[in-house]
Amino acid sequence: MSTAPGVEICTLIIENRECGGRSDQTILDVAEEYGIFIPTLCRLPGLSSIGACRMCLVEVKGSNKLLPACVTKVQEGMEVTVNSERLEAYRRTTLELLFSERNHICSVCVTNGHCDLQSLAQKLGVNHITMPYLHPHVEVDASHPRFIADHNRCILCTRCIRVCAEIEGAHTWDLMGRGTKARVITDLNRPWGESESCTGCGKCVQVCPTGALSEKGQAAGEMMKRRQFLPYLSMMREVGK
Amino acid sequence: MLTNAKVVSPPSDDKRWKIIDGTMRRHGHQPHSLIEVLHTMQETFGFLTDDGLRYVATSLRVPYSKVYGVATFYHFFTMKPPGKHTCVVCTGTACHIKGANTLLAAVQEESGLKAGETTRDGSLSLLTARCVGSCGLAPAAVFDGQVAGKITTDSIKRRVRDFLGNETDAEILSVGEHQ
Amino acid sequence: MNQDDLANIAVQTKQEESRYDHVIKVCVAAGCLSANSDQVKTQLESEVKQRGLESCCKVKGVGCMGLCAAGPLVAGEGNEKMFQNVTPADASAILDSIVDNKPAPENVVIDSHLDFFTGQKKIVLENSGEIDPERVEDYIAADGYEALFHCITKLKPLGVVEQVTKSGLRGRGGAGFPTGLKWTTVYKAGTGQKYVICNADEGDPGAFMDRSVLESDPHRVLEGMAIAGYAVGANKGFIYCRAEYPLAVKRLRTAIRQAESHGLLGNNIGETHFDFKIEIRLGAGAFVCGEETALIASIEGGRGTPRPRPPFPAQSGLWDCPTLINNVETFANIPPIIRRGGEWYSTIGTEKSKGTKVFALAGRVVNTGLIEVPMGITLREIIFKLGGGIPEGRRFKAVQSGGPSGGCVPEQYLDIPVDYDSLASVGSIMGSGGMIVMDETSCMVDVAKFFMDFCMSESCGKCVPCRVGTTQMHNILERISEGRATQNDLEQLKELTGMVKAASLCGLGQTAPNPTLTTLRYFMDEYKAHIEEGRCPAGICHPVKDKEEAEVGA
Repeated sequence: MSTAPGVEICTLIIENRECGGRSDQTILDVAEEYGIFIPTLCRLPGLSSIGACRMCLVEVKGSNKLLPACVTKVQEGMEVTVNSERLEAYRRTTLELLFSERNHICSVCVTNGHCDLQSLAQKLGVNHITMPYLHPHVEVDASHPRFIADHNRCILCTRCIRVCAEIEGAHTWDLMGRGTKARVITDLNRPWGESESCTGCGKCVQVCPTGALSEKGQAAGEMMKRRQFLPYLSMMREVGK
Repeated sequence: MLTNAKVVSPPSDDKRWKIIDGTMRRHGHQPHSLIEVLHTMQETFGFLTDDGLRYVATSLRVPYSKVYGVATFYHFFTMKPPGKHTCVVCTGTACHIKGANTLLAAVQEESGLKAGETTRDGSLSLLTARCVGSCGLAPAAVFDGQVAGKITTDSIKRRVRDFLGNETDAEILSVGEHQ
Repeated sequence: MNQDDLANIAVQTKQEESRYDHVIKVCVAAGCLSANSDQVKTQLESEVKQRGLESCCKVKGVGCMGLCAAGPLVAGEGNEKMFQNVTPADASAILDSIVDNKPAPENVVIDSHLDFFTGQKKIVLENSGEIDPERVEDYIAADGYEALFHCITKLKPLGVVEQVTKSGLRGRGGAGFPTGLKWTTVYKAGTGQKYVICNADEGDPGAFMDRSVLESDPHRVLEGMAIAGYAVGANKGFIYCRAEYPLAVKRLRTAIRQAESHGLLGNNIGETHFDFKIEIRLGAGAFVCGEETALIASIEGGRGTPRPRPPFPAQSGLWDCPTLINNVETFANIPPIIRRGGEWYSTIGTEKSKGTKVFALAGRVVNTGLIEVPMGITLREIIFKLGGGIPEGRRFKAVQSGGPSGGCVPEQYLDIPVDYDSLASVGSIMGSGGMIVMDETSCMVDVAKFFMDFCMSESCGKCVPCRVGTTQMHNILERISEGRATQNDLEQLKELTGMVKAASLCGLGQTAPNPTLTTLRYFMDEYKAHIEEGRCPAGICHPVKDKEEAEVGA
């Protein structure tokens, strides 16, 4: 393994397994190299990580706070717990909170069966939403000739914003407002179809974890997301720097 | 890095855009001066407009969506024109304990306004503040920028009546109220 | 300007003032100004002129005297004579009292030996109510900028850091992180560009300490920041101040301009090689920007959303440079620590909480206003001695410290000492210094709902537990206060408090459950009264049982 200056090789323990990593890697990077599963939602390899969804929280011995594995760098001698009763309960509650926040109705969703939120819920054993639904009134924006934004299904992961700003370089998307009233918007909160900056590349649609952004003309369960371009483009971008 | 901002012309020939230009120039048209520039725009025009945001975005080279995101993140900024007079009721902890809610109810009784609304004739806006820092004088309110302490339901109603009474067309409101 | 020039200004200013037999001080901080103290000042001035007393009598605008609820305040004869609720019409009587020693009308006289005044120990507020906040000469005459000159001419940066470490000062913004340790980290973070930021985004509703310091003694904060800049190796500072404090911003701008023109800020300060410039950045109404990474995002011109730490701002902060962030009160403590030594400071307070703390005492208490007390004083002393107890013969119920991040402390803990660790042990926090007293007319469910409503609307929305969790908790609290909740809701509320506290990204979410947790812990009977009996013991939450009865009746 060749390392950049200042980067050290360290050994650590993740889920009782001894692992080796570089000090510029995150806990999540190392865990994945060793085939240890840590749930993630807002993170997507090829985009910057922001530690927002809190699915990847892990316990690190000696730290009184839970740390997001996607942005926490590994250190020599770290002892990381990925699965504990508490962590698993928190992850299920986080998913429940997400389902309760907007209007997620999987049976009519274009990504039914191919949705990151849905599959994570299934994997982590969420089978009821005990939280009252908030039922906000949100819009569907079908103004774009090829794509649809259905804010009922948005989980505010900001993948669309990041791919557009970091990879496409258009920064068409951003967030407006705050708290549960936050929405993803294009330009000055104009209908997507009227956006001056959107190139229509569709990367945002592909990286969206749910059916919030989709291609037009799809029936329920038909929308498959193709993200194979992302690692390549992100690597090319690094090279071009 | 670009050293000079692209020359963009202001949305209108209103002279006040010069003030916004001045703030941008003082900060060397740096993108990170966005919030300072929005403050100047709100101070100058009373609220933020789409045209203004577009102009600032282009001048500072900040994406449209980011400008809009910033403008809506901070509650100090408003995109609605305020009324001729403003009444801000402080809803901080000390004021809450001392009955800020009854003050809001009193204003509503007098003017029909709920927090965040402006009368139809544009004579008065009712707003709330998280805390104006006059906790020692709770409950407090701000009338046209002047902080006043130890407000009672009677005193706030009187102020509101004065504000509404100044307008010849305040009638429109009372018509609206009875609808 | 060098040290001699500084000393000259001090001597001259003192001499000028000693020429007067009487100095009459009128509070011109925001509290008293809102009660028209500027008119009182004008009237006093014209009265002095009319009587031809200009040569022996000086009327001077000063910063906050503390007892805000009794404003406008006027003081004379070295604070021996104090007057409250002064109107311009009282000017003549006050002059009679000060100059001719005649008794003033009873309704305007305050006993200057009240516990409220004598029970305090002033370090941060030593100049508040004494000097004219708009004159740098006044600050210099009160030993201002002496500490900065001492640092840059006599101490090495590490020596400054050592004094701060020795003082035991902990961050006054709320969390109480050791200030010396923070300074050390930034000091050690290489030799490149670094920044100093003063957090003046006092967002806690019910707190106005920082506003008062900025309005009453702005140069003290500038001096503290410049010393910090010298110590950690930064040449640029930002003050992030709430836009809701226009007077504080105005006085800061004046102070910066004066300091620059006197060579106390800018290049080659004190004819040394030390450069330090300060810029003001305005906040725009976002409580979350009190969190240091969110504050940095805001100074960078973006949405004030926090990011995970590490890396801490001390390593990578503003524009990814090492950045020292301290609160207004923390910086205000620095000049006296340097002047009198870290050792001196560490003799005040308790073992783990050194020095004094400024509190904004408000709510259902007789004397509301600003106080500075040594750490370790009990809550009872603050509320019943300095604060004068609960008005109108009502009973004390709880005191809320730390704002939306703090908790409600009930009567049984009134005798705990006020320090970081004791307050934490009963579920509250020191916080930035807001202290709201509640009596039996306050409903604790309503108070919990009030703070949760605050956190919900101030949540930036970045992380899920805080964004949706505070909304769900708020809705449960609302159902409880309306008498529509079940036992199940209560269980869910408890579960969510734990989860949001542990899983949220930043301090806002991590502490948002505190007011709810403490009221659940100490006032469960009130929750039960709402849920089981449909009754609000304080009579604040509206019809609870009525609805049920109406239904039964129908």
